[in-house]
Amino acid sequence: MGLIARVSTIFKSKVNNILDKAEDPRETLEYSYQKQVEQLQQVRRGVAEVVTSKKRIELQLNKLQQMASQWDHDARDAVSAGRDDLAQEALTRKQGVVGQMQGLETQIADLEKEEHRLQDAQQKLSLKVETFRTQKEVIKAQYSAAQAQVKIGEAFSGLGEDMADVNMALQRAQDKTQSLQARAQAIDSLSEASSSTLQLDAAHSSGDSIRDELNRLKGSSSVTDELAKLKEEMGKGESS
Amino acid sequence: MIVRILAEGQYDVDGVKLDEIQRLDDEVMQAIMNDDEKHFHVLYEELVALARSGSPLNLDDFVESDIILPAADTSLAEAKKMFSE
Repeated sequence: MGLIARVSTIFKSKVNNILDKAEDPRETLEYSYQKQVEQLQQVRRGVAEVVTSKKRIELQLNKLQQMASQWDHDARDAVSAGRDDLAQEALTRKQGVVGQMQGLETQIADLEKEEHRLQDAQQKLSLKVETFRTQKEVIKAQYSAAQAQVKIGEAFSGLGEDMADVNMALQRAQDKTQSLQARAQAIDSLSEASSSTLQLDAAHSSGDSIRDELNRLKGSSSVTDELAKLKEEMGKGESS
Repeated sequence: MIVRILAEGQYDVDGVKLDEIQRLDDEVMQAIMNDDEKHFHVLYEELVALARSGSPLNLDDFVESDIILPAADTSLAEAKKMFSE
């Protein structure tokens, strides 16, 4: 079996599950119209969910950005104090944070694509639903029960496909949102653990003492701070 | 022949192109089995392009599709998952 045959089979079974036919074709029409309206609402909620997660990740990015620049400052301080070992450690941590940021940025871009796709699907589906609503009234008004059955059959298969298609797009977006949320949570707990000490790998590192030492440096040597600023202003910030 | 590309829409594709679609489908399948991500994307893009060369149906047409293609940006992992469902 090829990919196309496989997808076609999966898809057709989803289509069949979407719309049930009632005894009375007119009931079928009303029932499927209600289903369509429900589905449109689902898609709208889906879009809202994607937007919410995206915003949450963007906030996290800001937080990580702050952490990165904090480590950057620390590194400069250390260089100014002639402590290249500390500077190196701070820059290593900064790079770790920057790595996480890049991962998040890629996922945000991916989520944005899903957002646009869903919005597009929502637009198309609402147009189809509107067309169906009009056709439904025409069928009810103009056709006998037997004729209506045929007409409904046509509209059914086509519209069922559109609904199944949107369903699958929705599922895809939700899967991606979930994996992004899981990642966001992991980073959240990481940055919460480090927000008090700015310590990235809390369990096994000497981050605490590094932070303490850096703080001591800052606190005790305001002259060094002044010197660092001066060096920066003179464009010699990195040299010591 | 009506072809639906998921998350995109339906196209009326010339029946003559069916053979070509079939051939590409076989190759895509081979790439999936070989776990060859790069080859998979090249072939699948070709397949999608072939479907898009047909004339797009209007949004207010309700027509049943003859064959269904996964979304144009389907990954190898997603394609594999379709066989495990």
